Amino acid sequence: MGIDLNLVGAKGAIAEEAEGKWGMVIDQDVCTGCQACVAACAMENNLSFVGEEDAGYGRTQHWIRIERFWEGAYPEVKATSFQPMLCQQCGHAPCEPVCPVFATPHSQSENINLQVYNRCVGTRYCANNCPYQVRSFNWRDYHIDPMHANDVNGQLVYPLHNQFNPDVTVRRRGVMEKCTFCIQRIHKAEDTAKSQGREVRDGEMVPACAQACPANAITFGRLDDPESLVSQMAHQKRGVKHLEELNTLPRITYLKEG
Amino acid sequence: MAVTSKYFSGAEKGHETEHEEHDPRESLMYDPKPRGEMNAMVMESMMTTSWKFWVVFGILAFLVATCFIYAWGYLIANGLGVAGVMRPSYWGIFLVNTVFWIGISHAGTFISAILRVMKAEFRRPFTRAAELMTTFGLIQAGASIFMHLGRVWLAYWLFPIPNERQIWPNFHSPLMWDLLAITTYVLGSTMYLFLPLIPDLAMARDRSTGWRKTFFKILALGFRGTEGEWRHLQTAMNIFAFAIIPVMFSVHTIVSWDFAMAMRPGWSSTVFGPYFVLGALHSGMGAVAVVLCLMRATMKHMDYFLRKEHFDALGKLMLIVTFAYTYFFFNDYIVQWYGGDKWTDALLHWLEEGPMAWMFYQLLLFNLAIPALTLWNKKIRQNPWLLALIGFLINVGMYWERYLIVPVMLTINRMPFTWKLYSPRIEIFLTIGTFSLFLLFYLAASRLIPLIPVWEVQEGQMTHSLRKVGKTHVPTVSEFE
Repeated sequence: MGIDLNLVGAKGAIAEEAEGKWGMVIDQDVCTGCQACVAACAMENNLSFVGEEDAGYGRTQHWIRIERFWEGAYPEVKATSFQPMLCQQCGHAPCEPVCPVFATPHSQSENINLQVYNRCVGTRYCANNCPYQVRSFNWRDYHIDPMHANDVNGQLVYPLHNQFNPDVTVRRRGVMEKCTFCIQRIHKAEDTAKSQGREVRDGEMVPACAQACPANAITFGRLDDPESLVSQMAHQKRGVKHLEELNTLPRITYLKEG
Repeated sequence: MAVTSKYFSGAEKGHETEHEEHDPRESLMYDPKPRGEMNAMVMESMMTTSWKFWVVFGILAFLVATCFIYAWGYLIANGLGVAGVMRPSYWGIFLVNTVFWIGISHAGTFISAILRVMKAEFRRPFTRAAELMTTFGLIQAGASIFMHLGRVWLAYWLFPIPNERQIWPNFHSPLMWDLLAITTYVLGSTMYLFLPLIPDLAMARDRSTGWRKTFFKILALGFRGTEGEWRHLQTAMNIFAFAIIPVMFSVHTIVSWDFAMAMRPGWSSTVFGPYFVLGALHSGMGAVAVVLCLMRATMKHMDYFLRKEHFDALGKLMLIVTFAYTYFFFNDYIVQWYGGDKWTDALLHWLEEGPMAWMFYQLLLFNLAIPALTLWNKKIRQNPWLLALIGFLINVGMYWERYLIVPVMLTINRMPFTWKLYSPRIEIFLTIGTFSLFLLFYLAASRLIPLIPVWEVQEGQMTHSLRKVGKTHVPTVSEFE
């Protein structure tokens, strides 16, 4: 289908036509809310442990969180299905244009939203403008916080430093961060495929949250490949996209009420 | 100097009874003093300092050292974790302070530039006091923006400085527009403050000794008061007076776009631009009233320059701004409510019934009800202390308004799971710090530069005169040709 680029709104039409490269499907009907994805994400992406006080104050460093809601008033409370919420990697991301220093660009090769940690100056405008509220800010230098250290003969030793993933930057305070769809894994899979002279196979690359999910509620893959599992699942009738009315073109489809 | 005379318009209205009671000499313009005497009065008000001044100065300097310098250093050293900002209120009081101080700074330009362009005579004795507010307020606004940055030591990345990586700032970002607008405004308003100051600095240079003479000599740029110098100065002031008015309107509109361009319930409102400009004028007028009252009460000879008529005129201006602000206030909230968006509905309920509802109702009381109901009264308008009290309450209300717009509106977003109320921590100290720094600058300026634009008052008194017609004195006003 050809799009007349001279028409008003042509850019939007192009973006809508492009489904995006990488995408995810989350089946809320099978999600048990076990938070394994949250833990796996924290291990994979070197997320900080912020401690009890800051977590209680709303400064948790989670790139994915399990939202729990309920309907009705106590005592007739009915729990609804769990809602894992992570960066939707929007095609029209509201966080991107507002950054004054281009720390939130859109990756043209992977078609996802990037966060450049060493460019970020911490205006936090992107987080304000994110309708999904999935960006988390490094309020302190949590990774060198003495609360995580052991005192060995007068020297502070950080045992958690041993579990850091060498493929991922450890963020210092004052920068914004968010889900990257495990871009280090994407790059690894693409490099392997390239060295073997082929395309990345469906299911070859799995982000940490999908890998850890015991109920297989999270499916990840290429949205631009109509044969892939993820694009077939995303086009089911029970698929919904969150806050679609804002025209953010989210890449994550939620399956609900099956 | 060629002078054409005409009847002062007020004299033609024929309220004879009122005019007999009203002595025209109550007005500054018809109560001239010899130039030398007036210059000496201003110099004396600038040079005399009592021990009370130094006590207040010391307290403010202590507050600046602890609450501004130390607290900001502590914030930089420890990160924003010591502040109260969190998800979802990523912006806290820092941005409230920014918007508030930019609002305060609007009064200076409004009173000075717009009233100068309109040739409103009552502006003459207090343009300088208002212009100082612009410059000093903008310094606080800029400091508040930088306090709020996560990595303030990299703030130069926000400026379009050529660099070897060829990365430019993102000109799509409203924050970028904001930065450019505020920078323009700071530069423009500082020059606009300085230009009308030159003749007074020259006057002070000729009447002072010691280090003050050196100080004024440097600042006066060798102004001698020749015809040519005056002509150039008037031209420059005219250019700046006209040029700074659109800058003033644009700067707060652009500040409002920081919010209005964002996809947030309560923020994405098209009326935010004029609403913020009117809000800024509202708080600025109130702040001018407070400052004028304090000047009159604490400095020597100020009761000659600042009279009932000035407070009266300022009160009328405040009343008009109150009505305009009221219109935009209700326009903003009612149009948003009428939009029927469910998140906006949740937000409006949160404002009306939530834990911060007291702020919302105080806002209605202080910003709309009190000024609109009291400033009708001439006696209240002419009482400096009452006017200052109303101005102070307006500023409290306007601070609450900005507080509601930034952290309280941020509480409500489209993800109810994250709704959480913000509570300030170190921001409270830094707020005290910015207020103290503003007052400290003002106190220092009151002893270093003439706070009354003497030449403007003298120019005004030259054009106004009382002519004897029969048995009565008729006030007449003329224009320089």
